[in-house]
Amino acid sequence: MTAPSDGPRRIPPTEGGNADENVIEVHDVTVSFGTFNVFKNLDLEVKRGEILGFVGASGAGKSVLMRTILELVPKQHGTIRLFGKDIDALPPAESAELNKRYGVLFQMGALFSSLTVLENIQVPMRENHNMSPRLMDELALMKLDMVGLARSAANKLPSELSGGMIKRAGLARALALDPELLFVDEPTSGLDPIGAAAFDSLIKGLRDTLGLTVYMVTHDLDSLYSVCDRVAVLADKRVVAAEPVQKLLDFDHPWVREYFRGVRGRRFIGHA
Amino acid sequence: MDVRSPPEQPSITVTRDGDMATAVFSGAWTVGNAQYAEAAVTAVDCGKAMRVTLDLSGVTTADSSGAWLIHRERANAEFEGRRVELANVSPRLQFLLDEIENHIPEPLPHERRPYAAIRFLTNLGETTVTIGKDLVELLAILGVFGLRLATAATNPRHLRLTSILSNFDRTCRGAVPIVMLMSFLVGLIIAQQAGFYLQTFGAALYVVDLSGVLILREIGVLLAAILVAGRSGSAFTAEIGSMRMQEEVDALHTLGLDPVEVLVVPRLIALIIALPVLAFLSAIAAMCGSILITWLYLGITPDLYMQRLHEAVTPLELYVGISKAPFMALIIGLVACSEGLKVGGSSESLGRHTTSAVVKAIFLVIVVDGLFAMFFAAVGI
Repeated sequence: MTAPSDGPRRIPPTEGGNADENVIEVHDVTVSFGTFNVFKNLDLEVKRGEILGFVGASGAGKSVLMRTILELVPKQHGTIRLFGKDIDALPPAESAELNKRYGVLFQMGALFSSLTVLENIQVPMRENHNMSPRLMDELALMKLDMVGLARSAANKLPSELSGGMIKRAGLARALALDPELLFVDEPTSGLDPIGAAAFDSLIKGLRDTLGLTVYMVTHDLDSLYSVCDRVAVLADKRVVAAEPVQKLLDFDHPWVREYFRGVRGRRFIGHA
Repeated sequence: MDVRSPPEQPSITVTRDGDMATAVFSGAWTVGNAQYAEAAVTAVDCGKAMRVTLDLSGVTTADSSGAWLIHRERANAEFEGRRVELANVSPRLQFLLDEIENHIPEPLPHERRPYAAIRFLTNLGETTVTIGKDLVELLAILGVFGLRLATAATNPRHLRLTSILSNFDRTCRGAVPIVMLMSFLVGLIIAQQAGFYLQTFGAALYVVDLSGVLILREIGVLLAAILVAGRSGSAFTAEIGSMRMQEEVDALHTLGLDPVEVLVVPRLIALIIALPVLAFLSAIAAMCGSILITWLYLGITPDLYMQRLHEAVTPLELYVGISKAPFMALIIGLVACSEGLKVGGSSESLGRHTTSAVVKAIFLVIVVDGLFAMFFAAVGI
């Protein structure tokens, strides 16, 4: 396992891009379903170009926070800024522009089942931009190759793909418009260890080559150690820590200690 | 900061000097500008110049789509035998160009469309085979249904009473209000239309004969069957189809259960019990509509109507109508369930099979009604 720092060379940031800029800023957010508070006064920041791992107990609301940031779940209180813009204060046109700047890989892939893989990747291009069919084909095939899918998968329907291939195809669709920010929800769940490791290095490679910022909800300790720059821990209805994984080992919180020093977590200590 | 602003349109200016040509790229080469970028790239004409310099100094921002177009232009020029050099490449763009080198898509193979006549014949052949297979499948389900009924006679536990009852509840009780309302209105309309013409002959009382025979024999059961085909038939196909999409049907197989026995047989039995009940209620409602309109429109009092009805029709008319219902129910259920079992992995396939289930079921119900009319005419009832 390689530490995040000694990876391959990374793409220089965009002209005028600031490495310290916060791509996501979640401030004082409260989300509740009925009378049940999922989060209370939650804060989180994600910096440009980093891979943030987001962990928490099953059912603690990891996916809910991602869906809140994506405006799929309404929040009761607080502000969320993407690329420095308050998502609630944006007029609809700008909000649509903002949508094109991030890509989402859902847990089950969420490919459109009646379209082929290639058509799935082309949906965002077709809907948002007026491109020639030739260019769309070329770009979609390039993305397909970037996520490591064979050419033969291009004309298959999602029902004909394996779980790992569905995730890769979903990732290719999320990357269709060259987003700056990528949300991935449990990318390695349901993959075999080899496939999971390949997916991890794929995401890391994409960050290095395309300059993505990655928000990764995960349960996979391997992913946390091998690709994440920082790990945010959701516990007690808020983010209790957002630190590089080595610092979390000594963090004083019962759940964090159990998570990283439990039976499974202990195996990684000393290796990384 | 914002990659997509400023939105300068990408452009290329070419200066030619004998054997040399310089193409200066400028603007934002991003996915949002891809159509202009592609137009600019296609418009580049290097003439006879054999040495081309692509000067990328004016490119303000670029993403992988812009880098791809620059790469494509370079590859094209090289393919035409020119020597191409890149100049003033920003580190970021150089990185993207290198990355694209690793992921060059092969061109999609061009598939030749076969001739129209051959396509027509292929379609015809395929459709014929599909219809044949559908028929065999329908027969197979019917066979299992018969088998289960036979085993149920010896061992009633196989009948899955709970499932039958819950399906009966949904297909029958839920449909009562809409079936009765619709039949009431149709009964009303028939009597009014018939009354309008018969009145001119002074034969208004024959409205009772006409609506009595028509409603009891045909309208009651037909309306109920068509509504059930649309309502429960589509529901059966969608339920079984989505179970197939979620691999629930496969799960039944692996648990040693026969999907036809678990999913299809209870639905068929429930429908076979439900449709006669609905047909009866439908006939009653249509008669009520007929009585009401003859009273209001033709002035025939309910008393007189009932008296005339006794002379005009026998209970046999009602029995003839109701006796058709179980057969129609069997056809609706068989078609709906077999279509449901054919659903593939996509939501589109679910929609297609649900549509075809309802269309086939309604069509077959009317065909069966016609066959029964011929049969009853032949035996003289």
